[in-house]
Amino acid sequence: MTSRPTVVIALLVLSAGTFAFRFAGPALRSRFSFPKRAEDLLGAAAIVLLASLVATTALTSGHGFSGFARPAGVLVGGVLAARKTPFLVVVIAAAATTAILRLLHVS
Amino acid sequence: MFIIIDMRSIWRTLDPGILRGIALVCLSVGAIGVSYGAIAVTKGFPLWFPVLSALVVLAGASEFLFVGIIAAGGNPITAVLVGLLVNARHLPYGLALPPGVVRPGWQRFLATHLMNDESVVLALAEPDLPRQRAAYWTCGLGMLVCWPAGALVGALAGNFVHDTDALGLDAMFPAVILALILPAMKDLGVRHAALGGCVIALVSVPFTPPGLPELLALGAVALKLLPTRDDRTPRPEEAAP
Repeated sequence: MTSRPTVVIALLVLSAGTFAFRFAGPALRSRFSFPKRAEDLLGAAAIVLLASLVATTALTSGHGFSGFARPAGVLVGGVLAARKTPFLVVVIAAAATTAILRLLHVS
Repeated sequence: MFIIIDMRSIWRTLDPGILRGIALVCLSVGAIGVSYGAIAVTKGFPLWFPVLSALVVLAGASEFLFVGIIAAGGNPITAVLVGLLVNARHLPYGLALPPGVVRPGWQRFLATHLMNDESVVLALAEPDLPRQRAAYWTCGLGMLVCWPAGALVGALAGNFVHDTDALGLDAMFPAVILALILPAMKDLGVRHAALGGCVIALVSVPFTPPGLPELLALGAVALKLLPTRDDRTPRPEEAAP
């Protein structure tokens, strides 16, 4: 059932649509010249989007709370990053914190 | 071949610390790919499906949802629409990328396909165009290899692999993005807008389909338009008590 032709076609449509979203931004940027203030706003929009993605992926699973282990790891990573810790250490510390908390059955 | 030659100069361009970070990010994406491949075949998809999907969509969250909806007996059209809603954020990403990161020409199609959360945030965190391009391409190509390869390994291993959560890999993605956007938060207007966006997204999560909370958060960009103390020309009303 999961390999019906319609499912494969659906996958290809998702792929094409995603490509169109990816294509549209740079295409618009290369076609028109934006004033500096508008460029700043577009940059801010990406940061807002990324920040909200941090909030939802750190704190939620499905429609509810993710549990404490994951946001605790992200918080440790964030604090280390704010203290100019090397990027690699930040990322490993975040994962390690979450893994250790889960090992200790803190969900 | 041109890409290989290009990559050598790219590696010289990037800070070794960032390069190691990108390698780790790609490896963790590969590990999540393993769990994606395993989940897909466990739910009844053929071996090639998660690999094909990883190659042509190259956007993990939407693929997990797509496979989940189809496996639960959902309509393929619903699966496509949910996936597209999750991936709509690539449009504002592309608008924010400095022109020149995705250059016109034959490389453009590949560069377009390589756009994802990590490649965009890495590019935006770099100070000049050569380094922005280097970070974008290195991360993007690394993902293009690691995500499908992970999916293949997972599809072959099937039931043997399950839980990448035990390794804390789910904390890596938000930590990576957070670490890379922190410098941009020095701007007071951006900080207000970002925090406002987080509140909007979190409040929307219980009531909206996946992907929509982050798009609604974009409304908080308006906070950037409010006058802040950072502005060079202070407004007269700020002087009033």
